[in-house]
Amino acid sequence: MTIEVRNLVKSFGSFKALDGVDLKVDSGELVALLGPSGSGKTTLLRIVAGLDWPDSGEVFINGEDALAQGARERHVGFVFQHYALFRHMTVFENVAFGLRVQPRAVRKDEAAIRVRVKELLDLVQLDWLADRYPSQLSGGQRQRIALARALAIEPRILLLDEPFGALDAKVRKELRKWLRSLHHEIHVTSIFVTHDQEEALEVANRVVVMDKGRIEQIGSPDDVYESPASAFVHGFIGESIELPVQVEGGAVRLDGRPLALAADGLAPGASKLFVRRHDMLVGPPGSGAFEGAVRHVRNFGPVQRAEVTLSGGQTIEIDAPRDKELRAGDTIGLEPRRYRIFGG
Amino acid sequence: MSAVAARRRTLPGFGLTMGLTLTWLSVIILIPLAGLFLKSLELSPEQFWNILSSRRTLNALRVSFGLAFAAACVNLVMGSIIVWALVRYRFPGRRLFDAIVDVPFALPTAVAGVALTALFAEKGWLGAPLAALGIKVAFTPVGIFVAMIFIGIPFVVRTVQPVLQDLDPEIEEAAGSLGASRWQTIIRVILPSLAPALLTGLALAFARAVGEYGSVIFIAGNLPNVSEIAPLLIVIRLSEFRYADATAIAVVMLVVSFVIIFAVNRLQRWAQSRIPAR
Repeated sequence: MTIEVRNLVKSFGSFKALDGVDLKVDSGELVALLGPSGSGKTTLLRIVAGLDWPDSGEVFINGEDALAQGARERHVGFVFQHYALFRHMTVFENVAFGLRVQPRAVRKDEAAIRVRVKELLDLVQLDWLADRYPSQLSGGQRQRIALARALAIEPRILLLDEPFGALDAKVRKELRKWLRSLHHEIHVTSIFVTHDQEEALEVANRVVVMDKGRIEQIGSPDDVYESPASAFVHGFIGESIELPVQVEGGAVRLDGRPLALAADGLAPGASKLFVRRHDMLVGPPGSGAFEGAVRHVRNFGPVQRAEVTLSGGQTIEIDAPRDKELRAGDTIGLEPRRYRIFGG
Repeated sequence: MSAVAARRRTLPGFGLTMGLTLTWLSVIILIPLAGLFLKSLELSPEQFWNILSSRRTLNALRVSFGLAFAAACVNLVMGSIIVWALVRYRFPGRRLFDAIVDVPFALPTAVAGVALTALFAEKGWLGAPLAALGIKVAFTPVGIFVAMIFIGIPFVVRTVQPVLQDLDPEIEEAAGSLGASRWQTIIRVILPSLAPALLTGLALAFARAVGEYGSVIFIAGNLPNVSEIAPLLIVIRLSEFRYADATAIAVVMLVVSFVIIFAVNRLQRWAQSRIPAR
């Protein structure tokens, strides 16, 4: 099942939640909508699900005009951040809900419903919780039940709104892997919303980065990390050092001083230089494009993180290998192994 | 002593608050009620039975409990609809309507009774058109019913309102996306979630209507065996200096009310147990 969205616009009062969004999702894909809060990702998801309506634009599910249908007719599985389980029903009844409310003509009989619910509870590995109430489950269990409930109606597509947002870090990591393998198993076209880049990069086949109601970049997890299309994407995904620079007369200048960096093909004017923290190589003073004084050094697992004040006064943080000797007070040279410069 | 200290509770003040609770409940509620029971003991079982099984007493009790229950049921339905409108929609005057719901709480019941009587009398604004249809409200049991609805409505609205406000709209969206129609969502999701509050509201509205006196006696007409409520019969017996008779009726009202409220309470607890806190 494919999903296609064309030129969606949606405002809430004076706030533009979606500002002309186009997106195509192929059959069987697992796509992440990634962006900061207020970027419009949840609004986009809710419009696809039929829980919100756009001011203008089109939505097609499997080539059919979805805006002509309500949420009920779209056959879309939706998983909410806060689970939205029915508190007065057991786990079993929650999962069976979608089957029980079907029109009489197509409704399964009780035995078939039992079989189907059992299958789904097995799929989410929680068949032993069938008789519990949602309040008796942990957050991770609740979210898996919510997913089983959404899958019960054999949805054409599956939409997940910050599915792990309310869970603690360890459970999130487990569920991420689990969601990936589940998707591998059932292959339903899925979109999930997240503000957690790690989650998006780890789980999705394709990542859609959004900001201020617009799509900034669509690409594989490698694409968006290795070749960010805009200053926003570079700043949002991965830890970056960001320095305001000036492109002038074929040179990149920081505080008016030219840097030993190539300026080929860059438009003149105020720009931003982005370097990944671990791409800033430490050398002796005088080597490299920058010089700075080390302020603090702290160890972070495989790397040491140093706070460095550049000669121009800007303070940056770099990640260096643990075997590199760095001490507070050292003066060092810094050479960006890789960098990107974005105009504006 | 140190062993005792080690058993101190984490929440201090149990002794003090429990003592105050018991004292207060005793002074305000239990001792007066015990007096009532003691007074009724002046009657022999036979006399007690004769008073209760008299036609007039039975009719008064039937009118009181029957109409109170009917009025509570009407309030349950209408109150739920009012709550829905007040909580779910934003419309001009919403706050005003919300405030109006409380009027029956505050209005002296005699004022309410006089106002309703004037309104529903044969020449009243509502009474005249109803009379044209052949429906008499004032000075009939229907009048009692109307007065009981009037005084009971805020109890349903005010108990259900906060629960509906807390009900996450997402569960309705979830039901919709799972294919439930609006009607199925209401029947299968919303009403069961509200059930404990609805039952509490029903019990409170019922209890209030059973005990109502002021507004009812103005509109009821107070015909023995037809539109005479049990509280009025008690007052009548008192004015005749038949104190034991009065207490016998009061004891029966008390016991029946207590049984009904206790039953509704258990029902409400049962419904609540199926919706444990998040």
